[in-house]
Amino acid sequence: MEAEATIDGQTSRYWFVQGMRGLWSVPAIILMLSFVGFAAFTAEVGVPVEQVMFMTGVVWALPAKVILVGTMLSGANLLTAFIAVTLSSVRMMPMVAALVPEIRTRSTPTWLLLVLSHFVAITAWVFAMERAHHVPRSGRVAYFAGFSITLTLANVLLVGIAYFLVAQFPPIVGACLFFLTPVYFLSSIWVSARHRVIYWALGIGLVSGVLFHEVAPEFDILLAGVIGGTLAWAGERHWRLRQAGNAP
Amino acid sequence: MTVDALWPYIFIAVAGWLATDIWRWLGVLAGNRIDENSETMNWVRAVATALVAAVIAKLIVYPTGELETSPLWLRVGAIAIGAAAFFAFRRNQLAGIAAAMGALAFGLLVLGV
Repeated sequence: MEAEATIDGQTSRYWFVQGMRGLWSVPAIILMLSFVGFAAFTAEVGVPVEQVMFMTGVVWALPAKVILVGTMLSGANLLTAFIAVTLSSVRMMPMVAALVPEIRTRSTPTWLLLVLSHFVAITAWVFAMERAHHVPRSGRVAYFAGFSITLTLANVLLVGIAYFLVAQFPPIVGACLFFLTPVYFLSSIWVSARHRVIYWALGIGLVSGVLFHEVAPEFDILLAGVIGGTLAWAGERHWRLRQAGNAP
Repeated sequence: MTVDALWPYIFIAVAGWLATDIWRWLGVLAGNRIDENSETMNWVRAVATALVAAVIAKLIVYPTGELETSPLWLRVGAIAIGAAAFFAFRRNQLAGIAAAMGALAFGLLVLGV
């Protein structure tokens, strides 16, 4: 019993360190560059660096943070900001729900999964869904923890440092880093999509984001999500049912 | 510390931290029990993706900072070139990102924005 526990402890440590090494993977490096862009964005609009580091640690998901900063700048009240951010984060629920069965064992305590779920965002999710099945099941929670906690802490430090460096960058570098965020999100959604409705929602969401910004700029993201997303869902469903109906 | 000094942190904790983590916690609790193939789940996926897509579109079409003065056609063109490279290299994310960033940087240099 004791020997088994020791071996388990060693295995966990081993896989935690293997996860940490994921910091030098391509998706992690792209994300870190995007965070340098985020630091440039917040420095530009004048959010204090302590607040930028704090929100990097506690919010973590980059789209949610971009929306949060947007609401802070527009002077929105707490409830409006909460609604905008929480709506952008609904996708966390299906993402986490899909990840949990991949990494947990029968003995994994729920509290541990609740704590680790905080470190789920697009990059950690894509990374874990792609690589977790190469890791023995008993090491997966440690592997995910090693990767996602390291990635989060590294980016908290990174924004703190980059915040002061970006002011010295030539303007063209700042412009490119800012552009990296949408380009990175766009390609990440495409490569991580497991369902056809994602492609429909991506296309319709892009168009309705601009459309609703022209019509109702203060609620644009919310309206684009709910109306655009519902249209995408209904359209894909209609198409899917017709395909099924036409099948011999 | 006064309430005024703490207020931004309370704001971030409630509108940022709590607003995102409740969905992560619900995701854990749903875990195995949720029906991945249900129509409700499909709708949730669609709305969630459309929200992020709207954020992306706004960052491209209505940028702030250094990009604000660049022409819209350059930004949309860079995305199109990136998408072309992405699919040409069999959905290679790095190829797509490199092509889009390269096109934007080239355009900004040529235009002297």
